[in-house]
Amino acid sequence: MEATAYVGVQEIKPLQQLLDKVAEHKGCGTSGGSGKSSCGSSAGPADMSPEVWEKVKNHPCYSEEAHHHYARMHVAVAPACNIQCNYCNRKYDCANESRPGVVSEKLTPEQASKKVLAVASAIPQMTVLGIAGPGDPLANPEKTFKTFELISKTAPDIKLCLSTNGLTLPDHIDTIKSFNVDHVTITINMVDPEVGQHIYPWIYYQNKRWKGIEAARILSERQLLGLEMLTANGILCKVNSVMIPGINDHHLVEVNRAVKSRGAFLHNIMPLISAPEHGTVFGLTGQRGPTAQELKALQDACEGEMNMMRHCRQCRADAVGLLGEDRSAEFTTEKIDAMEVEYDATTRQAYQDLVEEQRQAKVAAKQEELAGLAGAESDIKLLIAVATKGEGKINEHFGHASEFQVYELSTGGAKFVGHRRVDLYCQGGFGDEDTLPTVVRAINDCHAVFVAKIGGCPRDELKAAGIDPVDRYAYEFIERSAIAYFREYLDKVAAGEIVHESRGDADIRQGAYVAAA
Amino acid sequence: MAYTIVADQCTGCCACEPECPNKAISAEKSIFVIDPEKCTECIGHFDEPQCVAVCPIDDTCIIDETWPRQEAVEEISS
Repeated sequence: MEATAYVGVQEIKPLQQLLDKVAEHKGCGTSGGSGKSSCGSSAGPADMSPEVWEKVKNHPCYSEEAHHHYARMHVAVAPACNIQCNYCNRKYDCANESRPGVVSEKLTPEQASKKVLAVASAIPQMTVLGIAGPGDPLANPEKTFKTFELISKTAPDIKLCLSTNGLTLPDHIDTIKSFNVDHVTITINMVDPEVGQHIYPWIYYQNKRWKGIEAARILSERQLLGLEMLTANGILCKVNSVMIPGINDHHLVEVNRAVKSRGAFLHNIMPLISAPEHGTVFGLTGQRGPTAQELKALQDACEGEMNMMRHCRQCRADAVGLLGEDRSAEFTTEKIDAMEVEYDATTRQAYQDLVEEQRQAKVAAKQEELAGLAGAESDIKLLIAVATKGEGKINEHFGHASEFQVYELSTGGAKFVGHRRVDLYCQGGFGDEDTLPTVVRAINDCHAVFVAKIGGCPRDELKAAGIDPVDRYAYEFIERSAIAYFREYLDKVAAGEIVHESRGDADIRQGAYVAAA
Repeated sequence: MAYTIVADQCTGCCACEPECPNKAISAEKSIFVIDPEKCTECIGHFDEPQCVAVCPIDDTCIIDETWPRQEAVEEISS
């Protein structure tokens, strides 16, 4: 197979030019809240105030660094919604599919509470409980807050968070505060009703269904008011935005500026998921999602002093586990009913202390290797794909990876810039030749793929596609290995052994996840 | 007069249940049903039937043609 650029870089140039222009605004939201809110989602304790670090250090969604180590779970107690989005169809459910708004079984607050304890006992690094649907948590306030109440009594060490469309957020700030929910996510796809009317067909507000531009205007006002109120109350807020090419892709820069100035802590720009079989409006109209490089260009442009989240897996409203893995099938209501659950906070703490040690070791290894890059000068930037099961290590086989994490290497070090979901290449011990090209397309913009192990056949195919399969850092720390690799790469370029060439674009995987794990 | 929920289309999301001013909506297994004895089509309460306004699936909360429509509509409009 030849190395192929699936989407030419020139196709995304108009967007890039605009982004270059607007990327100059870098003012960070400091109105209210705890001062400087710029802390890079991959930042460490040195980059933020102690009180903010305390809130995010083991929250996998609010800290990129934490997401390699800590797990989260969602409980699906909130089925109702008060708005309609063109990228959402809550009628559709498939256990093998992962995207927001989708869930296999709804829970009562009591069932949810038992599930949380069961998961917390089985997965001691599970530190965060979120309510994210499958509808809107604040369109189901009684169920949502009852769940928080039950969990805060039985498992007070678990962080509570919720994710909302923001329509009724201003009405619930006091209650959110009373349950010590200190992380709230608002999905804000626009700050201009002209744009919003193409995303939201209607909202239900004050006993009336509003449509079109009026609906978008009300929604936007309520979202921004809610965000300001969160900031004023010292509650960390993440803003999610769905990137919809041709509808709000350019506009999201303006959204970024609007939420930053109102004190949002983190901005998460996600690609539209719109496969026709999902039955969403966008799926049926053929609205495409962005390519990997289009998404990265927009994220890069918004990354002034504002933290950009790039490790979001757009998980289901009942997801369980590390981001990127889903263990919800182990914790169905039927299985939980049969479990004897004993909540042991001491064991959980002991385990989390171990995780903290691992994490420190990883940071130390990175710092050590980074010292070797000091003084190196080069404009070269490379992307690498990494097969990992967590802990910040290269510890997954190529054929067993259901996703690759992507790091950008430069003389500044190794920076996590995203991830790519893929279908499993290896099933039952045999490689699937039909799957390999889709894996290559998903990491086509990467120069190398770091794995714990790889078979001869995919190795040759990757080389033919111009991607270097690297297994010499098996079970080592990702960042240290990546920096070492980059140093060797620069040396080879300097010695004239290789010529640096930039790669093409890559696909963002759409559609149902069908391969069995 | 009454509205009814098309069982095949109801997703069981429960959005309508708390919005009904007459408490006419209740869960039946995994979906919701409207008690026609209690339903007033929201006349006198709101400008539009609340179940219709909030339901995420079009044409799922519809007028129950088998139930005699009351004169309230005419009374209010006259």
